[in-house]
Amino acid sequence: MEIPDNLKYSSEHEWLAPSGKTAKVGITGYAAEHIGDIVFVELPKIGSSVTAGSPFGVIEAVKSVSELFAPVSGTVVSINERVAKEPELVSAEPYGAGWLIEIEMSNESEIAALKDSGGYRDLIASLPE
Amino acid sequence: MHKTALDARHRALGARMIPFAGWEMPVQYRGLVEEHHAVRTAAGLFDLSHMGELFVTGTEAAGALDYAIVTAPSTLAVGRAHYSMIVDEMGGVLDDLIVYRLGEARFMVVPNASNASVVAAALRERLARFDAILDDASMRTSLVAIQGPRAAEILQPFVDVDLKTIRYYSGTPTTACGVRAILARTGYTGEDGFELFVDWEDAVRVWDTLLEAGASRGLVPAGLGARDTLRLEAGMPLYGNELDRDTTPFEAGLGRLVSVSKTSDFVGRAALERSRGNPRKTLVGMKIEGRGIARIGYPLYLPGAADACGHVTSGTASPTLGFAIAMGYVPAGRSTQEGALEVGIRDQRATARGVPLPFYRRST
Repeated sequence: MEIPDNLKYSSEHEWLAPSGKTAKVGITGYAAEHIGDIVFVELPKIGSSVTAGSPFGVIEAVKSVSELFAPVSGTVVSINERVAKEPELVSAEPYGAGWLIEIEMSNESEIAALKDSGGYRDLIASLPE
Repeated sequence: MHKTALDARHRALGARMIPFAGWEMPVQYRGLVEEHHAVRTAAGLFDLSHMGELFVTGTEAAGALDYAIVTAPSTLAVGRAHYSMIVDEMGGVLDDLIVYRLGEARFMVVPNASNASVVAAALRERLARFDAILDDASMRTSLVAIQGPRAAEILQPFVDVDLKTIRYYSGTPTTACGVRAILARTGYTGEDGFELFVDWEDAVRVWDTLLEAGASRGLVPAGLGARDTLRLEAGMPLYGNELDRDTTPFEAGLGRLVSVSKTSDFVGRAALERSRGNPRKTLVGMKIEGRGIARIGYPLYLPGAADACGHVTSGTASPTLGFAIAMGYVPAGRSTQEGALEVGIRDQRATARGVPLPFYRRST
């Protein structure tokens, strides 16, 4: 299971890639594998605000619907238009071309509450298969 | 949690296992949609060993089943099978079943895993005043299903009978893959296919033989996820979704099963005769317009209405059709021709256009 070392992770299986005041967000490889065949992804509008721990969108798969939770608070400054047309990118490259939104963070100290790759690895190891 | 005889095989194939009706079952192997398409275009192999197998034997076995369930198994020719239901005194569905007549005085009843013990208990009680005994063989019987347009050609080399002579909805004792089996031409996918009921310890041999022989013809192992989307496209009800004790066969659109011409009494008869002319709700098929997917429990509305008039019982993105489909209950008498409904998907409403069931019918 790929868990890149340079990212931060939430308990809801989103990753965060901070870069200055903004951060990209996506779902982890673990989440992508468990969600299965993704049909479409519903993302917020650019300019909307998101709150750490609150839903910002949904992923509809054949089998189930999953909410997406923001790892940090802030304003959505860009969304990945490609996943609207090619939702399978989220499964194929969850850490790359399948990223979801970019947030301008309103409180960068929230990053400290997220897990590093080791902490996230421990989390998924503790989950039932 | 029970494990089937094929548990190690599933794990070796990389299946994701989930708890289901007290069993650990594979929900998918490589991917639900891939498995779904394989069943529609080639073949899929399913482990359905969680299903119940109840044998009813005795000189009055046929009459006893006529009394115990809504159909008339006494009218089945030996070797044939039919779809049926068992209801309570109020006409509420306890389970849907397939009944196979294996001999003049021997039947096999196949209930859902989740209801196997309820059905066994109800049958035992209802059979008590007949010369008929029930043998619950669920824990010593495995069920391997091969489903899809290429199922027959893959299976043929491993059975003694010419599969062309096996009719849809029949079941007969024979030898398959070198082991004793009841070979049935039944399924829950909307495709041609076969179900092999074998002794627990023989399941691995049947599974390995068919998986190996079918691989070059597009056969893949398929999990409960694909089974659910396949049955939904085929408009087949699932117990716990479309069927429950608060639903009669008439309300589920399966009133044709109820053998009101039976001269003998049967459990639930009076209540079902009332439900026949006076159902409380109607099961409808819907195509969801736009991008939403209606799922179990989502509310259904008459257009513009504030209050829900019903709810979705099953829904998915149909892999074969390429749009979202759903089944659900609406007030009785409303037909699918009466214009669209609305379905509440989170904080929005989508148009749910009524379409006849099944959503998918195989072409041959």
